[in-house]
Amino acid sequence: MKRIYLDHSATTPVDPEVAELMMKYYVEYYGNPSSVHFFGRQVKKALEEAREQVAQLIGAQPSEIIFTSGGTESDNLAIQGTVRARNNKGKHLITTAIEHHAVLDAFKYLAKNGYDLTILPVDEEGIVSVEDVSKAIRPDTILISVMHANNEVGSIQPIAEIGKIARENGVLFHVDAVQSLGKLPIDVVSMNIDLLSISSHKIYGPKGVGALYVRRGVKISPLVFGGSQERKLRSGTENAPGIIGFGKACELAGLRMEEENKKLYYLRDKLIDGILKKIPQVKLNGPLGDKRLPNNVNVSIKYVEGESLLLSLDMIGVAASSGSACTSGSLDPSHVLLAMGISHEVAHGSLRFSLGRQNTEEDIDFVLQELPKIVDRLRAMSPLYKSDASSV
Amino acid sequence: MYSEKVIDHFTNPRNVGEIENPDGVGEVGNAQCGDIMRITLDVEDNIIKDIKFKTFGCGAAVATSSMITEMVKGKTLEEALEVSNKAVAEALGGLPPIKMHCSNLAADALHAAIKDYLSKQNKV
Ligand code: FES
Repeated sequence: MKRIYLDHSATTPVDPEVAELMMKYYVEYYGNPSSVHFFGRQVKKALEEAREQVAQLIGAQPSEIIFTSGGTESDNLAIQGTVRARNNKGKHLITTAIEHHAVLDAFKYLAKNGYDLTILPVDEEGIVSVEDVSKAIRPDTILISVMHANNEVGSIQPIAEIGKIARENGVLFHVDAVQSLGKLPIDVVSMNIDLLSISSHKIYGPKGVGALYVRRGVKISPLVFGGSQERKLRSGTENAPGIIGFGKACELAGLRMEEENKKLYYLRDKLIDGILKKIPQVKLNGPLGDKRLPNNVNVSIKYVEGESLLLSLDMIGVAASSGSACTSGSLDPSHVLLAMGISHEVAHGSLRFSLGRQNTEEDIDFVLQELPKIVDRLRAMSPLYKSDASSV
Repeated sequence: MYSEKVIDHFTNPRNVGEIENPDGVGEVGNAQCGDIMRITLDVEDNIIKDIKFKTFGCGAAVATSSMITEMVKGKTLEEALEVSNKAVAEALGGLPPIKMHCSNLAADALHAAIKDYLSKQNKV
């Protein structure tokens, strides 16, 4: 059976060029970059090259890049690190209802421990209003955190506008750009971003690596102590092969973004249009056009449940994901869909396809040919679907 | 994460549908994740002659629905009432812990359908 991977927002395969480069740093150049000797120096040099490659993709200086273990750690370092360093400046924090749990849960923990948290709503397309952000700012606000693009519905947030307001008000601005890196242009300088979280495994790099951009002059406190790596902000021997792989993946992403996006936009819209046309009672979740990530498709198929859809798709070789309560470890439906005003019931039948580098038009055609059959079968089983009388 | 049996019952569910003019109907919703299951019964001489289900839920919910209908078809009402959610889960070769509540749904819907039948017979 041919397998079709349409879950690139969960993770991506490592680019062969990246994997090949990394292999060398596992078996041949294995030194500790902190060592004085040849083995160490050799790796240190490659590590600094990687820092440049990462910095370049987001318009930063290499010295502003702190390598971490991934997006979740970067988010936590940004949020908790800022709060620890700015404790005396205020207790108010601002974020949105559709952030990744790495951001939301870090904030909720702080809210339980003496901080004031404003969670801003989003509109039905999953986009936060600049005005709401502006109105939420108080004299004691120390941090605003807004994601660049949402992982579930692909909605792109007005980052540059929010950045401007944050800077004017002297409030630090953190952006979770895990989903947008390599897909949308990012320029931390013109967007007035102070802290930016990114991850390697979403852009065809290895898992277990990420980075936090910390604008020069911004003070944050470390969460991990014990060495002086990464300007003392992230102690511990660097994951050199991973970081070097991440650097290479950033370089490739920068080179390929334009070309790749053309294909992704085309396939994305073909898939969206096809689903809406071929299956009755389907709703697109999230915005259209360039307000949406080039690779994200999210639809709610009424009267069927997401996990059943995923299992059925998996059986014919198609990998996707869902915001259904039944697929979440907590049995709660997606907080993103709920924040967009989508009912629990409709969230139940949500289905996300996230496209990537190796997907072809045949892949999309195959999904468009098979998905309606799966939906028919599951609807015939559903007590909620009444259109055709008892379909035995 | 699912056993082969679960996948089998999910792919080829037994007794899907709805009996016309059923002797008993049980519809229950799952408080935990919001899923719904509906069982219809045909009863003759205290025996479940026919049983059908419809389920809006995850793979485990569909599989347990299918399995329970298979387990009680042809059984007496008393025997059917003794089928527990645990027994259904076991017959499916086990369920992941987080999916155990889905098997409650199947047992609850069956019990509700039997109760409905009995109340119509004025036996309750
Ligand atoms: S029916 Fe929702 S988790 Fe099984």
